[in-house]
Order: sequence, then C-alpha cells, then structure tokens
Amino acid sequence: MRVVIAEDDVLLREGLAGLISRFGHEVVASVGDAAALPDVVREHRPDVVVTDVRMPPGFTDEGLRAAIALRAQSPLPVLVLSQYVEQTYAAELLESGDGAGVGYLLKDRVGEVAEFVDALTRVAAGGTVVGPEVVRQLLRRRRSALQRLTPRELEVLGLIAEGRSNASIARELVVTDAAVAKHIASIFAKLDLPPTSDGHRRVLAVLTYLDA
Amino acid sequence: MEFLGSRWPWRALGYLASSALLCGIVVLVAVGIGSLEHVGLRVAAGLAVFGLAVPFVGLFERWRLTWVDTTASRTVTHNTSAPTPTHPASTEAHSRPDRPSRGRSALEWRVAGAGLASLLVLSWIDVIMFGLTVGGPVLLVLTPVVQPPEAIAPGPAVVVAVGSLLLVPAAVYTFTAWAGARGAMLRGLLGGRDAELDEVLRSRARLVDAFEVERRRIERDLHDGAQQRLVALSMRLGLAKLDLPDESPAKEQLALAHEEAKHALNELRELIRGVHTPVLIDRGLPAAVREAAGLSAIPVDVDVVIEQRPATAVEVAAYYAVSESLANIAKHSGAHRASIRARIHAETLTLEIEDDGKGGADPAHGTGLIGLSDRLAVVDGTIAVSSPLGGPTVVRVDIPVT
Repeated sequence: MRVVIAEDDVLLREGLAGLISRFGHEVVASVGDAAALPDVVREHRPDVVVTDVRMPPGFTDEGLRAAIALRAQSPLPVLVLSQYVEQTYAAELLESGDGAGVGYLLKDRVGEVAEFVDALTRVAAGGTVVGPEVVRQLLRRRRSALQRLTPRELEVLGLIAEGRSNASIARELVVTDAAVAKHIASIFAKLDLPPTSDGHRRVLAVLTYLDA
Repeated sequence: MEFLGSRWPWRALGYLASSALLCGIVVLVAVGIGSLEHVGLRVAAGLAVFGLAVPFVGLFERWRLTWVDTTASRTVTHNTSAPTPTHPASTEAHSRPDRPSRGRSALEWRVAGAGLASLLVLSWIDVIMFGLTVGGPVLLVLTPVVQPPEAIAPGPAVVVAVGSLLLVPAAVYTFTAWAGARGAMLRGLLGGRDAELDEVLRSRARLVDAFEVERRRIERDLHDGAQQRLVALSMRLGLAKLDLPDESPAKEQLALAHEEAKHALNELRELIRGVHTPVLIDRGLPAAVREAAGLSAIPVDVDVVIEQRPATAVEVAAYYAVSESLANIAKHSGAHRASIRARIHAETLTLEIEDDGKGGADPAHGTGLIGLSDRLAVVDGTIAVSSPLGGPTVVRVDIPVT
C-alpha cells in the first residue's frame, strides 16, 4: 500500500511514517501543510492519504478541506485524523465521494497501532471507517430519527458505522451472523432505506446518523 | 420628617436660587443691550451674547448639577477624558463592532443643549417655582406686617400667619421635588449616567476581548504542544508493545503506561474544549450551535439561518448563551426536548432557546443567567427569560450585529 502523509508536527509525521512502514506499507511522501498535498498526490498517485485537520497556514481545518477537494476530483481514499470529534467536519467528509474510501478517526487512535493500520487498509480498499468516539458523539444527535430503533439495533448500527463487517459484528455481540443480518434488515426498513446494493445502504444508514 | 431636617431641601433651595441669579444676569444684560440705539445693533449684540453665553451656562449647569446629584461629578470626569486607548491585544481579535465614540464634540453639543434649555426655559421655571414656594409662604406668614390694617384685621392676620406656617413643609417638598426633576432632566441632556456606563462597558469589552485572545492562545499552545506530544508518546508506546513478547512483565508495565497516556489525552481534550471551541472560529455560529446541540444529553432541534458571519465577539457571546442555556436545560429543566432558533433581522442577532421542561427558571436565583446577561452586556446584548411554572421556558437573546 502506498501512503501519503500530511501532518505539520514533525515528530508525529515521522512517527506515523515509521509506524506505517513497520507494517510493510510504503510512505511515498509526507508533507507539512495542506497546500502541498494536491501536487504530491498528483505526482505519487497513492492508495491512501492520511491527513491532519488543522495545519498551516491558518491552523483551522485546511487538511480537511484539502481532503474534500481532492475527493471531489477523483475517488481518492482519505483517512482524516482529528484532535476533536467535530460533527460538522465528520459529516462533510463522509458525504464526499458517497462515503466510500473515507475515514475519520480521533488522533489518539494512532496509539492503537495495529488497529490504526487496519483502519488505513480498509479505507484504502474503499471502506468507511468512523472512530468509536466519533460514532458515540454522532449517535447522541439524531435521537428523534433513531427512536424507532431498539437498543440492540442502535448497537449494531454503531458497529456498522465503525466499518465492521457482519461477521465482526456477530463476534462482538456474541450472536449468530443470521441474527446480525436480521437486525440490519430491520434497521434499513426503519430508516426507510431502499433495497439497493447492501454496501451502499450501509453507508446510507451511517449517513442517516451524521446528517441530522 | 427626617427629610425636612436633611441637607436636601437646602441644596434644592440653593440650586433654584442660583437660577434666580442667572435670570437676574440675563435681565441686566438684556436691559443693557436694549439701551443700544440701533435696532440692528441690538439684535446682533443680543444674538452674539446669547451664543457666547450658552456654552458657559451649560458648563454652569453641569457644575451645579452636583448640588442635587452626587453621581454627576464623576460622570463628568469620565466624559471629558481623552478617547479611550485601545488595548493592544484587542486589535487581533477585535471583533467587537466599535461603538460610535461619544467624543469631545458630542459632549460639547450636549453641554450647549443644556445651556440652551436652561436659558430659554428651565431657569425661568425655577424662578417661578422659587417665587411660589418660597415667596408665597413667606408673604403669607408676614401678613400682619405687610398687609395694611384696612385690608385685614390684626386678629385674622395673625391666624393666617400661623396657619400658613403649615404650608412651609408642603412648599419644601414641592421645590425639592422640582429641583430633583430638573436635575434629572439635565442629567439626561448631558448624557450623565449613560456615558459613565458606556465607559464601564467599553472597558469590560476590552477585558473580554483580551480574555478571548488569551483563550485562543492557550488552546493553540495546548493543541500544538502538549496534545501532539502525547499523541506521539501514545504512538511510540503502542509500537513498543508490538516488540515485546506477550505475558512479559515489561509489556504489562508498558500497557499500563499506554493507558495512562490515553487518559491524559482524553482529559486534555476535554480541557481544551472547555477553553475554546475551534469549530466556532473555523465555521461560525451555525456549525458551532449544531455541535453544542449534538453534545447535549437531550435532543435539540437546531434552526439557525445566518448568512453573513457577524463579528467574532458577537459569535462568541451568542455561542456562550447557547451553551449556557443548554447546560441550564440539562441541569434544571427536566426537559425532554429543546430547540434553538437563530436569525439576523434588522441588524440584530436573535436567538431563541426553548425547552419543554418544568419552567420556573428565575434569573434572580443561580448565577447562570446573571453571568450570561453580564457576558451579553459587553456586546450590548440583552436576555429575556420567560419561564412560567409548568413550562415551557424560552430564553431570548438579542445582540446588535453592527
């Protein structure tokens, strides 16, 4: 997997590069500000970009904007690391490119190195990854629309939003795959999601949370 | 009765008597000008003297206002001071729309206005009041002396004199009340307490600005410094764990250290969020309000339509109002649902925060609402709370955006 890193803090940038390399992936370039990102991406055509939200020059949300802009041009997988859970940012990012190949994680998550690299791989493969902290906060929103769901269904939906597969959800909740599939079908029905492709509906179900 | 013995009647008396002095001077000057031969000359001299006198009369009015109003003297000092220096820090985050400064010239106009009102109307009323309330009773008391015996017999004259002594307290109340009312009118004309409040508010606004700059600096320092270091530390600890064999004591210790680092990061993040809300500065009020609503324990409907971003100070004050109100709702209202509505209309940002709780919120109790109104006051904002027992509670905040 070929990775581009955008992170303004030198120590963190090098740490990330070391971490990703250690798991056998290649960091083709790393930049310290968002402005440099488009050129580097055009030059190296990475499989995935890891970017910080707040970067020079304005130290607001440059990294996030750059990621969204890049995804508007081509379906580039992007994993955004943020110091905070900002619903606005998360929703904007996950809406870009239909929510495929995108991730929003709290920066702390890089401490769980194996999980972090796993998330990066899933994003590169076109998956949607939303950190548990992000999901928890987003779940608090939109309670009205979600009132129709049972607690168990909410739990399942939370795990879907984390990008888990049915099998992984079944393991987590210690139930059968069939039970998970039943819950998911019920969630889709209650959220009025039409039966198109399953993967797309999963994303839509997640977006239902985000898009209050 | 206590009042009659106090110094106030005497002050009022002196105040009105000094008007008589003023009117006397006016009459003398008028007679002098009237003796000039040429009519045109009379008119010109009259206008010139009048024009010259007005500001001085105004200053005189301002000075003698202290006789009937103890706060006036301080007001005047504040008002004449040089234009307020801007705090250096406030230039960076100065966000507060500048209040049109009531500079020296505005004050001069006010003083001239007071002089004009005094010369044309007020002082003459003073003389009449003085005549009625002081001259009248005195004449009545002196009936036996001043009235010729053929007009009134000596016996009844003494009865009138003694009886009219009872009029004195009524007269004292009357002229003191008039002097007080007149003082209030002039204070209004001179922009008395208003101007003082203005200065106090301005200095508080500077303080709030300075605090705001400082909070942003602290937030940025923590974000770029401690928080990044802790993330890097957590990452290194996570990597180190990979290299150690499972079940080894070192790995156990390392895992504990890793947990500690994660706790520290969580605490730091909460701390930083309390210091400053980045999304407010980055994305403005609508996004920040949605964010705050999302963090609320109860569902909050958000309806915020603000097309142009107001000044940062206005946004910060409005955001503060929203987060305080949501905290109050969570703590006290027992509500199941809340809503936030915000619009800018006629240069005013209006926020309405409503909940379906039990009502009975009293601004006089608990510091939340008072702190909120203090904070709003520095941006000229106002807060109104309607909270009948049984609810619903509506908090309405208005902040001028220009």
